[in-house]
Amino acid sequence: MKKQAAKSLRAFAIELAVYSVLVICYFFLVLNLLGNWLYGLESQHRYIYAGVALSLIVGQAVLLDSVTTLLFRLLRGRLK
Amino acid sequence: MFFPISHAHINPIYLAVVGFIIGILGGFFGVGGSFIAGPALRAMGVDWNFAVGTDLAHIVGKSIVAAKQHRALGNVDLKLGLIMAFGTIAGAECGAQLIQALKRAGNVNTVVSYVAIVVYSGIAAFMLWESRKTLRSAKGRSQRGLIKGAKSKKDHSAFGPVTRSIQRLKIWPMITLPTSGIRISLWTILLVAFVGGVFSGFLGGGAGYIRMPSMVYVLGVPTHLAVGTDLFEIVISASYGTITHAIKGNVDILIALVMHTGAAIGAQIGAVATQYFTGPKIRLAFVPLPLIGAAIVIYTLMTGHKL
Repeated sequence: MKKQAAKSLRAFAIELAVYSVLVICYFFLVLNLLGNWLYGLESQHRYIYAGVALSLIVGQAVLLDSVTTLLFRLLRGRLK
Repeated sequence: MFFPISHAHINPIYLAVVGFIIGILGGFFGVGGSFIAGPALRAMGVDWNFAVGTDLAHIVGKSIVAAKQHRALGNVDLKLGLIMAFGTIAGAECGAQLIQALKRAGNVNTVVSYVAIVVYSGIAAFMLWESRKTLRSAKGRSQRGLIKGAKSKKDHSAFGPVTRSIQRLKIWPMITLPTSGIRISLWTILLVAFVGGVFSGFLGGGAGYIRMPSMVYVLGVPTHLAVGTDLFEIVISASYGTITHAIKGNVDILIALVMHTGAAIGAQIGAVATQYFTGPKIRLAFVPLPLIGAAIVIYTLMTGHKL
């Protein structure tokens, strides 16, 4: 039982580390690319900005959910 | 990192960590976590209007992840969530109008603060009493030994007799909710959602601290399902809030996106953790949340600093 808990904890720690690396890459790539464009949109076209903002957060939720699910499966499978 | 929309300099790691904490709370209790997100953003120098709007946008993303996880665990009543979304949106508009009326009268801060303290403390006191009484009762004790919450979705409540009499009110049209295992008047569902919406518009945030307990005690929805369904409903109502706030120039989506990177993983952990607790225990653990909200309001009233 203790062995299993240690394995799960290890898998989770690896998942968290891989996820953190992916997220940092994401910060630099996507946010730097989108930052100025979104700023311009927010100050000039509020209605379009509102739609884009909602699409971005929904899209990111779906994307990150898929990434974490994939990571869980990959790492759990390997540790088993 | 500079966020040009809200003109704020914030460390992205700080945002991701705040998102992670809120994600765990949201996934476990079905709340938006605005009582933490708002002050956390304010502490970094984000204007109050941006804190409110950005928090709503981040709630949408976090709730999608948590609701998806809860759906996989069988904890979401889609029919109930969709019905409630209508009542919540209407209520949120009324709450916002109420705020405008109080602004015109010139005493918005005092009224909102006192209402918040009474409501938050009332919810905490009631849930503390109910969950302890349920856990002490024979039926509650029988649930203590259960590890997997999935086995105990139909949980018991010391408030059960009152809930059943509410369910017996035959006001047409009656709605059957097979997932939650209840049959109740459409108007009762809409009223619960509307009241939650009013508080959401009036006090800010998603008002999950009112809606989740109302779903359990008034509608009689099992706690696990109330958490999952509340999150699903929050996706719809917070999306609406995000659009309206973005049009008014209150959303910095870049901050919300960074916060959500932490919340996405936190929400999954929180949602999975509900499996290991029975309904009364989740309700008992919920008690500190509204109390934290009340403490923040009292601090604001006493010091004059808006957190």
